[in-house]
Amino acid sequence: MLGRAIIQGFIETGRNFVGSYYDPERLTTVQYPEQTLPPDEHARTIPFLVYDGDDPSQGLRCTACTICELECPPQCISIVKDTVKKPDYLGKMQLQPKVFDIDISVCMDCGICAEVCPFDSIKMDQVFALSTGDRQALLLHKEQLAKSNLYFRQIHPGEAAAIDAARAEQKRKAEAKKAAIASAPSGFPSPLP
Amino acid sequence: MLSEFPFYALALVTLFAAIAAMTLRNLVHCALCAAAAFTGVGALYLLLDAPFVGFAQLLVYVGAVAILIIFAVLLTCAAETGPGIAFSSSWLAGVCAVALVLAGLVLPILMSPSLDRLAPPVAGAPVKDIGNQLMTIYVLPLETIGLLLTAALIGAVVIAMQDKPDAQPASDVKPPPREIADKDLCLR
Amino acid sequence: MRSARNPLARLSTEMDGSIDQIFVSTLHRIASLAPPAAQPLVSMLLIIAGIMVVFGSCFALTTIVERKTLGRMQNRYGPNRVGPFGFFQPIADGIKMLTKEDIVPFSADKALHFLAPLVLTVPVWLAFAVLPVGRNMAAIDLDAGILFFFAIGSASELSVFMAGWSSQNKYSLIGAMRAIAQMISYEVPLLLAAMPVLMLSGSLSLADIVQAQPPGHWFLFTPWGLAGFGMFLIAATAESNRSPFDLPEGESEIIAGYLTEYSGFKYALFFLGEYLGLFAVTGLAVTLYLGGWQAPVSFLQWFPSWAWFALKFAALILLFIWARATLPRLRLDQLLNFAWKFLVPLALLNLLVAGIWWWTGRAQFPGLLIRWLVCSAILAAAYILLGRGLKDHKLPPHRYHYAV
Repeated sequence: MLGRAIIQGFIETGRNFVGSYYDPERLTTVQYPEQTLPPDEHARTIPFLVYDGDDPSQGLRCTACTICELECPPQCISIVKDTVKKPDYLGKMQLQPKVFDIDISVCMDCGICAEVCPFDSIKMDQVFALSTGDRQALLLHKEQLAKSNLYFRQIHPGEAAAIDAARAEQKRKAEAKKAAIASAPSGFPSPLP
Repeated sequence: MLSEFPFYALALVTLFAAIAAMTLRNLVHCALCAAAAFTGVGALYLLLDAPFVGFAQLLVYVGAVAILIIFAVLLTCAAETGPGIAFSSSWLAGVCAVALVLAGLVLPILMSPSLDRLAPPVAGAPVKDIGNQLMTIYVLPLETIGLLLTAALIGAVVIAMQDKPDAQPASDVKPPPREIADKDLCLR
Repeated sequence: MRSARNPLARLSTEMDGSIDQIFVSTLHRIASLAPPAAQPLVSMLLIIAGIMVVFGSCFALTTIVERKTLGRMQNRYGPNRVGPFGFFQPIADGIKMLTKEDIVPFSADKALHFLAPLVLTVPVWLAFAVLPVGRNMAAIDLDAGILFFFAIGSASELSVFMAGWSSQNKYSLIGAMRAIAQMISYEVPLLLAAMPVLMLSGSLSLADIVQAQPPGHWFLFTPWGLAGFGMFLIAATAESNRSPFDLPEGESEIIAGYLTEYSGFKYALFFLGEYLGLFAVTGLAVTLYLGGWQAPVSFLQWFPSWAWFALKFAALILLFIWARATLPRLRLDQLLNFAWKFLVPLALLNLLVAGIWWWTGRAQFPGLLIRWLVCSAILAAAYILLGRGLKDHKLPPHRYHYAV
């Protein structure tokens, strides 16, 4: 009948109007900046460097292999290797970066640097309120990029948990191997654990 | 004299609008000045204490006839400005004809004996009386006008109606495209 | 105009000092301060000032209420940053419009471009003069009031054409042609829907039409009144270029139609003129069908008459806003078909039904029921049959074709 769809339309918008006063599903606006939506776990913006423990300079996972610098499409990462080595989580001595700069006015948030890093040291952050009046402030240095593993666990819980579990497993195997080597009689190869 | 100031003002406005409607170069400006002249005439009716006729003049002339004139100007692309005011070569004959008509209208009024009589008290012409007279004394002209309007409407529809297409459909040279039913397209 | 009754001379003696007549008595008190020779002039100036203040602030309020209501119906807030709940937004809009640069295109027809907003706005203010806003509160009580109203309304169509033509812009011209076609097409149902009211109240004067609708006997409570009211509202929406009939200013299709080349104060004047036109025709709908300032039932008559008018007016404006939020825009051919092939025949039949209603006016109880049934049956049958005629049967059902 002519007009049936019109009546249905009126009923729907009427329900929208009345429901918007008490039903949150009928008023889905988030009034930014007083209210924010939590970002999705897989949301990403600029990269950051992960460090374990409390000391950013000692716990930094980055070994200055420069793979991310070479893979970055707009070439916004700039690394200078340090001559001093430091131990990683397994005790092995690794290089470290003296200078690690990312120009976030160039960075296109593609995440390739995080994909190719073999040491799980550069990951994607979720901060987006990055605008500043000073263009030089858009060049982030190592101290600004280093954020704790606890923060990484907060923003990407699944990924961080998987990485921590894998690292713990490797550490356990390494220590078991060391213990087996230490406790084995000399000269004979030790049985596989 | 002061009490007749509205009449003189409106008459001047109407005259100037009518003269402008004849002499302006841009045809659309002419049409709009004609609409202004119609408004002036409507206002003169209102001044003569005939509200029904005055408002009907506004409704019909300004609201419909002026728009009709404008549509006619626009749809026939006659709005492009010509080389200037076309000055006819037989202007003397035109002036004589106009003078004769003016004399024929004005002289009888000036020489009429009714100017010496006092004007009767104005009745005010309430709408009810107009309606009554239209339905009793003047019902034949009313119905005739109705018939005329119906004929005009039917004529307009006939002129604007498109001819029914009676061409044969072209023979298919290529095979008809594969038709996919609506239900196969949507992902359920 | 000597046939207009002087507002100072015509006073109803009942309820003289009550709230109902507070505006009338205030007017008299202020006007009596002036010398007797100037009293009509002073009272008329006060009435004009009152109308402009009331309907001007109504315009400001309507813009923000519309935006917030549209927002709520679209699952969002409306503007809520300026002032409490955003209700100072019209002030911000006004400042914006007034401080914008007034750009006139180089090849535009300057005189017409300047005059078009004026030709729209000035006649529309005139239309408020005949609306009876309360008991004894029509500014001028004309004998041919409704004819005056429609004459004024039709004068504003020229402004649309002037705006479109003077901009020398093809989008403006297309928009103007469409707007004029729409407006003249919907004037016919508008006038035809108002005819039964004139027939049954026996007068063209709006004050008499309101008097002919005592509480409980509004013209809306009759079968022809329902149909006529519906048609009048649809035609009124089309006359004011409001959604779903806003093809002339369809923003996504032809930029802004005939308003494309207007900015700043001239655009504000067009906006004002359109909304005032909407208010005028809403006021007329209230007067013709909803009983004007009369109460719906007789025991609610203690409520002031101008307050009843305001309530009904607000309800109709909310209905217009609701329609804007709900209905998609009509295409030009759909619009014109709807006017000529559906509304005009239905309006003519409505006249016939109103005639039948009048002719059976003295029926007693079983006759009353038969009267209602017969009139409703005629209108319902016409509605269904004409509705079938509107369906486009020429198009085949949609089939998707893919390249093979």
